[in-house]
Amino acid sequence: MTETVPKIRMRGLCKAFGDKVVLDGLDLDVGQSESVVVIGGSGTGKSVMLKCILGLLHPEAGSIQVDGEEVVGLHGQDLERVRRKFGMLFQNAALFDSMPVWENVAFGLVQGQAMARNEAKEIALAKLAAVGLGMNVGELWPAELSGGMRKRVGLARAIATTPEIIFFDEPTTGLDPIMGDVINDLIVKCVRELGATALSITHDMASARKIADRIAMLYEGKIIWAGPTAEVDRSGNPYVEQFIHGNAEGPIEMEVRAL
Amino acid sequence: MPILQPIGRAFLGFLEVAGRLTVFAGTGVSHCVRPPIYPRLILRQMVEIGYYSLPVVGLTAIFTGMVLALQSYTGFARFSAESAIPNVVVVSITRELGPVLAGLMVTGRIAAAMAAEIGTMRVTEQIDALDTLATNPFKYLVAPRLIAGVTMLPILVLVADAIGVFGGYVVSIFKLGFNPGNYIKNTMDFVETMDVVSGLVKAGVFGFLITLMGCYHGYNSKGGAQGVGTATTNAVVSASMLIFCFNYFITEIFFAR
Repeated sequence: MTETVPKIRMRGLCKAFGDKVVLDGLDLDVGQSESVVVIGGSGTGKSVMLKCILGLLHPEAGSIQVDGEEVVGLHGQDLERVRRKFGMLFQNAALFDSMPVWENVAFGLVQGQAMARNEAKEIALAKLAAVGLGMNVGELWPAELSGGMRKRVGLARAIATTPEIIFFDEPTTGLDPIMGDVINDLIVKCVRELGATALSITHDMASARKIADRIAMLYEGKIIWAGPTAEVDRSGNPYVEQFIHGNAEGPIEMEVRAL
Repeated sequence: MPILQPIGRAFLGFLEVAGRLTVFAGTGVSHCVRPPIYPRLILRQMVEIGYYSLPVVGLTAIFTGMVLALQSYTGFARFSAESAIPNVVVVSITRELGPVLAGLMVTGRIAAAMAAEIGTMRVTEQIDALDTLATNPFKYLVAPRLIAGVTMLPILVLVADAIGVFGGYVVSIFKLGFNPGNYIKNTMDFVETMDVVSGLVKAGVFGFLITLMGCYHGYNSKGGAQGVGTATTNAVVSASMLIFCFNYFITEIFFAR
């Protein structure tokens, strides 16, 4: 083989919910230890793409390869084995509110890797420290945390199992700009320390510029432009231009129905 | 054919739900017997279903036993058949009222709580998070609840049987002037093992149905707070209906000869 196998390779991915086509032949490669950010408007299927890779949703057509292994159609033990490569930071952190913060962070170690609770707790507290949260936060409950803290705990949980690939689902949505930047810095730091491959989705351009090596734009179920972060400002693509400048006027027409 | 179309559509919809429910139940049961099994979670659910339901089930049982004795008396006294009261009370309680009323009370407590909890986990992506942390939600959420439901309901019903019979006893002795020794002797002579056993089998089945409905509706809920509310309602209604339906068929299996 002459070319290196990308970490994640998606080809011709299609997914529809009833009549609504969300992904329509999506192609995207994410290289080893590369950070790719997929930008796109709300409801363009960014989350659906991530959920297809994780096997939470099943695409109607297309192929997804992780380390050269086809993952569409995997189930049972094989699917769990592939999922162990992943960590994910959910949009609203999706912390388990039935357990304290440290157990949330240690969850993947205790349940997924059958590690002893004491040992897992130490790692969990170390990961919490890595995202700037003290020992005392570990004993709190998720309901007691602010939005920024929840995101950081979610990040600590995503990196606790030292995954090879980390997904970030709108990491800065709902945060103030300063906290958003703190999260961006943490993401860059964590991904670099782990040497992990990162795939993020966002519509926050400041976040995308900060954490991406490469940016891809998803529109109407396809990747319409992809390139290095530095080139996003001279993409020459009217859709990308409109999106990064946030213009209401342009080729992308929002489905706003007049009353 | 504008008349046949809606009938066909409703029938197909029913089959779809029945099929999906069967697959869900099958998956849930298969995860009950395959490792890893989570003893801590099973224990927590057992305490929730068994221990914390005791006051509700006990109160329901005692008043049912009491009213049963009182109503039988007013009826039976007309043709001098008061002596049948202990028999009526014990058979009604162990065969029917114990399991059905305990089942319905537990439905109100448990099916609703489970649907709300699992439904909230679904809409806040916590179930997806379980999956990404290589933990099967069926194993982690559904199986412990099914196991706890099937084991705890018979114990609750056994307690309800005893309390219900005691309720009948109290009213008969202190209000209707029965002889305590005779009442107990009549009760023990009349009740058969099969009466109690059939009630406990019913309880086990009801425990499965209650937890299954709670889990199924919670797991498949969507659309935020409103979706969770709908899931909770559906869980309670469908579990109650299934209890009445299965109650008839189990009775038929045990007693219709």
